[in-house]
Amino acid sequence: MNAIHSKPFTDAIRARGLTKSFDGTRVLNGIDLTVPTGSLVALLGPNGSGKTTTVRVLTTLLPPDGGTATVAGHDVTREGAAVRAAIGLTSQQATVDELLTGRENLELFAGLCHLGRRQARRRADELLERFDLTAAAGRRAGAYSGGMRRRLDLAASMVAAPPILFLDEPTTGLDPRSRAELWAVIRELLASGTTILLTTQYLEEADQLADRVVVIDAGRVAADDSPAALKRQVGAERLVLRLSRAEDLAPATAALSAIDHAAVAAAGPRGLPPADPGLRPDPVSRELTLAVQDADHLRRALDALHHAGVAVEHVELRTPTLDDVFFELTAVAA
Amino acid sequence: MSALTAAGDLRRLVVRDLRRELRLLDGLIVSTVVPVMIMVVFVYVFGGAISTGSSGLAYIDFVVPSVLLMSGGYGAALTAATIAEDLNGGMIDRFRTLPIAGWVVPAGHIVASVIRNVASAVIALAAALLLGFRPSATPAEWALTLAVVTGYVLAVASLSAVWGLLVRSTQAAGAFSFVVLFLPYLSDGFVPAETMPEVLQGFAEGQPITPITETLRALLLGLPMGSSGAVAAAWMGGAVVLSLPIAALLFRRRTAS
Repeated sequence: MNAIHSKPFTDAIRARGLTKSFDGTRVLNGIDLTVPTGSLVALLGPNGSGKTTTVRVLTTLLPPDGGTATVAGHDVTREGAAVRAAIGLTSQQATVDELLTGRENLELFAGLCHLGRRQARRRADELLERFDLTAAAGRRAGAYSGGMRRRLDLAASMVAAPPILFLDEPTTGLDPRSRAELWAVIRELLASGTTILLTTQYLEEADQLADRVVVIDAGRVAADDSPAALKRQVGAERLVLRLSRAEDLAPATAALSAIDHAAVAAAGPRGLPPADPGLRPDPVSRELTLAVQDADHLRRALDALHHAGVAVEHVELRTPTLDDVFFELTAVAA
Repeated sequence: MSALTAAGDLRRLVVRDLRRELRLLDGLIVSTVVPVMIMVVFVYVFGGAISTGSSGLAYIDFVVPSVLLMSGGYGAALTAATIAEDLNGGMIDRFRTLPIAGWVVPAGHIVASVIRNVASAVIALAAALLLGFRPSATPAEWALTLAVVTGYVLAVASLSAVWGLLVRSTQAAGAFSFVVLFLPYLSDGFVPAETMPEVLQGFAEGQPITPITETLRALLLGLPMGSSGAVAAAWMGGAVVLSLPIAALLFRRRTAS
C-alpha cells in the first residue's frame, strides 16, 4: 500500500470527459469531476442520472467507454490494482455477509486485506468501537437495523484504512436519526483526513457534508459549486402561493418580477414568463413558486401582491427540493 | 500476488462459506438429515421390492454406493446457487475492491462445497453401517472410496459453478441440482440396468454415474473392478479439468461489467 503514497497527487480523484453507454443508451455523457485530497465532494442527482455509474467507473468496477480518470494518482483503466488498494467502497446494495456477525464480517475483510489474525482482530475492535457497533458485534448482520447495517458497511470499507472512500447513497432509506448518526461518522472520517466522494439524492445531505457539490443530470454535470453558492443560486426557501383567480397569475408574476431589480419584467409569448429562474407560475394549479432570498424579500413579495390586488388563497413556505435545483439549473442552461 | 497469499484468501472464503452453511437451517438439513433419509428410504422402503438381478447382492449392498453419490452430489449441485447469490448481491463489489485474486471467490465456494458434501456422504455411510451395510474394504480401498466420492463431489461442484455463472438468477441456479438428483436413477445405481428398456439401458450404461457406482461397489464389496475405475476417473477428471478454467473465465467475464 506504500506505493500509493510515493506518487504525489493533489487531487485524489480526477475525471475528464467520462462516457459510458449501456445497450446504446448514453448513461455518462462526459463527466468532469475533481475531488481535492482531504475534501468531501457530493455527487447530487436523481435516480438514473449516472451517479452510481460514475462511482463504478472510478472504483474500477466498470470500464469507461471514453474519457480518463485517475484515483490516488493512478489511472482507473490501466492501474486498477493500485486504485483498488487506495480506495474503500460502500455501495447501495448490502456489501456485508448477513449470515456472519458484525465482528466476523470485519475480520473476514481485514483478513482479505492481508492483515494478520491478531491485527485483524484489533482492527475489527477499533472499527466496531468507532462506528458504535461494539454492543452488536456478536449479532448477525442480517439482524441489524438499516442504520447499523450501513455503519457496518462503512466500517468494512475502512478495514484497510484507505485514503479515499466512495459512498454510494449511504443514507438512502434511513430514518432521520440514523441519517444524522451516519453523517457524524462521515464527518469524523473527513476530519481524520479521508477523501470522500459521496452520492446522494438529498440536497440537504450535500449541504451538510460537502465542500463542493457536483449536480449531475442525464449523465452530464449541470453544476459544480460550493453548497453555499448553489443554495444562493437556488434560493434558501420556496414560497408557494395559490391564487384565488387564475387570471391573476400574469399580474402576480409581473408584480413579483418587478421587485427583483435584476429581473426581466417582459412577458413571454404565453403571457406567463418565468422572469427569474426562481419564479414558476403553474396555470393548472393556480400556483406560483418563488425562491425567497431572505425575510425582507419575502415581505416585499407579499407587499407587491397586496398592492397589485392579487387575492392569495394559500401560502406555504418550504425548503428547496432537488426538483427546484434541477428546474433552476436547466432553466439557466436554456 | 503470491500463491501463499492466495491460499490464505481461499481459506478465509472457505471458512466464510462453511459458517454460512452451519447457520442456514435448510442447508444444514440438506447436508445432514437428507442423506440419512435417502438411505433409510432406499434400504427399507424400496429395498424389499427391488431385485438386484444377476449381481446376487443384498439390496443394501447394491444401493449404498449410489446413495453416497446422491448424498454428496445434491449439495454439491447447490454450489451454483451460492455463487449466483454472491454475484447478484453487493458482496461481489466488496470482493472486487479487495486486493484478492478474482478466481479465489468461485474457488472458495467449490472447496467449501466439497468439504460440506463429502461430510454429507460420510453421514450417509454412517447411517448405512447402522442399517446393516457390511463392506469388506481394506484401508487402502477405504482411502480410494473417499477419493472417488471426493472426486465426484468436486466434479459436480465445478460443473455447478459453471452453471451458476451462466444463469443469472439464484432460482435458475438451483435447477442444476434436479439434474444431479435425477441422473443416478437412470444408472445402474438403484436398479440393475439390465431390467430397463433397451434405450434406457444404453443411456444407463453410457452415463458417468454407472462406472462411478461400479467403482465404489468394487472398492467397498471386493467385486471385480474391470474398466469402470478408469472410465470413472476419466469422467470425473474430465469434468473438473474442463469446468474449472471455464468457471474462472466466466467469473472474470461476469464481474468485468
